Amino acid sequence: MTTKERESNFLSGTSKFRLWMYQHSKTLRQIGLVVLQIALTVFMFTFLIPTLWMVVSSLKASTEIFSHPIVWIPKDPQWRNYVRAFQELPLERFAWNSFVVVVGAVVGTVISSALVGFSFARLRWPGRDFLFSLVVATLLLPGVVLLIPRFVIFRNLDWINTYLPLIVPFWLGGSPFYIFLMRQFIRGLPKELDDAALIDGANRFQIFARIILPLCKPVIATVTVFSLLEHYNAFLEPLIYLNSMDMWTLPIGIRGLNDAYAANWELVFAASTVMMIPMVLLFIFAQRYFVRGIATTGLKG
Amino acid sequence: MFPNTALTLSGLILQFELDDVDSTNAYGECYRAVPVFLESEVVMAAANREAKPQRKRANLSPLTRRRERWAYFFISPWIIGFLAFTLIPILATLAFSFTDYNPVVPEETTFIGLRNYGTLLTDSKVGTSLMVTVRYAILAIPVTFAFGLGLALLVNNKHLLGKSGFRTLFYMPSMIPVVAGALIWAGVMNTQTGWVNLGLGLVGIKGPDWLNSTRWIYPALVLIGLWGIGNLMLTLLAGLQGVPNELYEAAEIDGANQAQQFWYITMPMISPVIFYNLTLMLIGAFKYFDLAYVLKNGTGGPVDATLFYNLNLFKNAFNYNLMGYGSALAWVLLVIVLVLTILLFSSSNRWVYYAGEGKK
Repeated sequence: MTTKERESNFLSGTSKFRLWMYQHSKTLRQIGLVVLQIALTVFMFTFLIPTLWMVVSSLKASTEIFSHPIVWIPKDPQWRNYVRAFQELPLERFAWNSFVVVVGAVVGTVISSALVGFSFARLRWPGRDFLFSLVVATLLLPGVVLLIPRFVIFRNLDWINTYLPLIVPFWLGGSPFYIFLMRQFIRGLPKELDDAALIDGANRFQIFARIILPLCKPVIATVTVFSLLEHYNAFLEPLIYLNSMDMWTLPIGIRGLNDAYAANWELVFAASTVMMIPMVLLFIFAQRYFVRGIATTGLKG
Repeated sequence: MFPNTALTLSGLILQFELDDVDSTNAYGECYRAVPVFLESEVVMAAANREAKPQRKRANLSPLTRRRERWAYFFISPWIIGFLAFTLIPILATLAFSFTDYNPVVPEETTFIGLRNYGTLLTDSKVGTSLMVTVRYAILAIPVTFAFGLGLALLVNNKHLLGKSGFRTLFYMPSMIPVVAGALIWAGVMNTQTGWVNLGLGLVGIKGPDWLNSTRWIYPALVLIGLWGIGNLMLTLLAGLQGVPNELYEAAEIDGANQAQQFWYITMPMISPVIFYNLTLMLIGAFKYFDLAYVLKNGTGGPVDATLFYNLNLFKNAFNYNLMGYGSALAWVLLVIVLVLTILLFSSSNRWVYYAGEGKK
């Protein structure tokens, strides 16, 4: 009899079980891990399948989409669906509109939030702390409260049905979140850099443009990527400000397609796939800034 | 995707807050996550102002003057934008709410006092839309939250293979545009032919008509919302990774089991992140619009079951051109959100724990 067995003779049933658990804890943990690994993988696939199904369906003949059982590999891929989607609707026009709005708004967001963030982070001036608390307060402000007057303002400026309402506010520091991010990041940069440049005779703008901005690359990347996503997906504001079809951005246009061709799922799916592609590419190339940016870099292990 | 950009950003703010604290302050401060920026930034600002003796403006050195001039130059875009697109609109909304402003005939606008607010009390759609919003929030917030936390805990497992792969791929659907997402799910949840119901049919359950039933539309919306859980998962994950290992080691020596460790260490330590996400989700419920609009073509159907507060406001203001009335609705929304935020913040003293401060 080994010591272990002798010990176990003195123990009650549950304790024996616990001892057994203890003796086999390593194996048990490994089994648990394998189960977890498999469960997560399965779950992840259920997460991704809807998207995959849409992409596959965009290549099907309309009879195949909802057929029983699900067709995963279309017999005869209908690339024509894409051609038809472009023919039925001015998708390329929507894409161009989206492009203009997104580029305009993102560039404005980056520039204005960097300038404003720098002022909040680096310069001392009366009223700064009060204004910064206003920036923080606007973070929690529900946007709809501003919707009606903004619409009236833009209408009086004759900006309805132009790109301007979707771009100009972002050149004027319209994104408190990004101002906040910029300020936090710039505050973390060593102040000695500014002082050294100041002694060398640089003015504040030179300090900003030549020293701070180049060091801000990581935060600029983050702001760019996230505001890109935000503006590309924007729905409510374009819906209000753009009423004529040739000014529609992709989300509004594709919703219109869904309205008009509700029965033609393959066209709707083809157009949606087209709309999704840039974001998927962005995700693949800028993944670092999404996932690692959120989850780990700030935490150092 | 669906829990909107605010959630997306929550992750970032968390990151930068931690970054900042990490690089400048003592080690123990790391776990004071996000709401710091909402509470202390403002509080600290006020405190700083009191502490600093005000110098007379006339005595300022030329260097200071120049610095201030530059500062105002840098800040000017925001000030113009804030005045033109935030402050004036808020006040204008209030002013409009006392009129019958209609953009088609703006010259006929008259002051009608509190009549819009009177209408609001008797308008059954307002009550309906509030109920829809509340019903959705009550279902969505706990489910989404439990799900996000569960996923974060699982993905946080040290021994898991391909951790970053899981994180990336679970995050992925958050990238899919709302409109595309809504269309995908409209297909997937299709009554007879959508494969959710086909799957349920295989195990002998007759699937409901998800999107056309006043009962099943909420679970359907929550389910679709779960698809965009990536941001929540990542912020919670960041919170979990911020909990110092020593705490668990100490607890283990004291004989605490896994469940106890979770309740007495993990939960208090990540409570700031929980608090922050809760605030955002609550405000998010009152901002809910895109998905309901795309899925049901803005009708609010079935039978007003997706007539969210925001959608009702939008229809009044932009479909029926009742902008005066819409403005009154907007102000009521503002007050509701304000009250909820204040309630949450005042409750936070009781359950949100900031390490390094002791219990407040």
